[in-house]
Amino acid sequence: MTQIRVPTPLRPYTEGEGQVKIEANTVGEALEELTAKFPSIGPHLFNDDGELRPYVNLFVNDKDVRTLEGVQTAIHDSDTLMILPSIAGGIFA
Amino acid sequence: MKLLIPGPVMDEIRSHGEKLYPEEGAGLILGSIEGEHREARRVLPMPNHFNSGERNRRYLLDPQEILQAEELAEQLGLEVIGIFHSHPDHPPAPSQYDLDWAVPWYVYLITRVEQGAASESRAWRMLEDHTRMVEQALEIEDGEG
Repeated sequence: MTQIRVPTPLRPYTEGEGQVKIEANTVGEALEELTAKFPSIGPHLFNDDGELRPYVNLFVNDKDVRTLEGVQTAIHDSDTLMILPSIAGGIFA
Repeated sequence: MKLLIPGPVMDEIRSHGEKLYPEEGAGLILGSIEGEHREARRVLPMPNHFNSGERNRRYLLDPQEILQAEELAEQLGLEVIGIFHSHPDHPPAPSQYDLDWAVPWYVYLITRVEQGAASESRAWRMLEDHTRMVEQALEIEDGEG
């Protein structure tokens, strides 16, 4: 099983769990499984159009999936999928 | 929710904004959660990774550095309870860009830095439905906290 690391702000939706084990072959499948297991996390990962929210970063081990094959990136039992928040902001201009 | 910040911790947040002026300064707030209260214990000023020409109006923290900070917080028995950042020469209220990127659960502390001097700070939190940020009570404790 692949381990998913859940960041602090999303743990209220995984019953406080920081590590969740999932059976999946790709990053996308892992997110589907995570959302099936903990439905309330879904709206915090995806917007109303089903797209990943801008603050959601996905790393397989230490590699950003955007540099791999995105949600199609393959994952294996020994991998850790890390969900990491992007933190950004700024003024009005 | 109320955010409690000891005076010396608040001084560090203000200093970071002043030091980086006219760019935005940002970092993480580590602390503890007690019911509806969050108490800051220490801050971790972080590098602003936004494009160098736009750091006067934008900030971006590196996800890997956030992971390291979460691990440090766990070692200290604390949590990353929020984010602080400065608004150079602008009010300490969330912009549309802040709204677009805000993560519910975190508390966002925004400090106005006017001509290099930190002034007003206000605390905000994104609603669970991602529609808007709502101001939170902020208490800065005197002395050693």
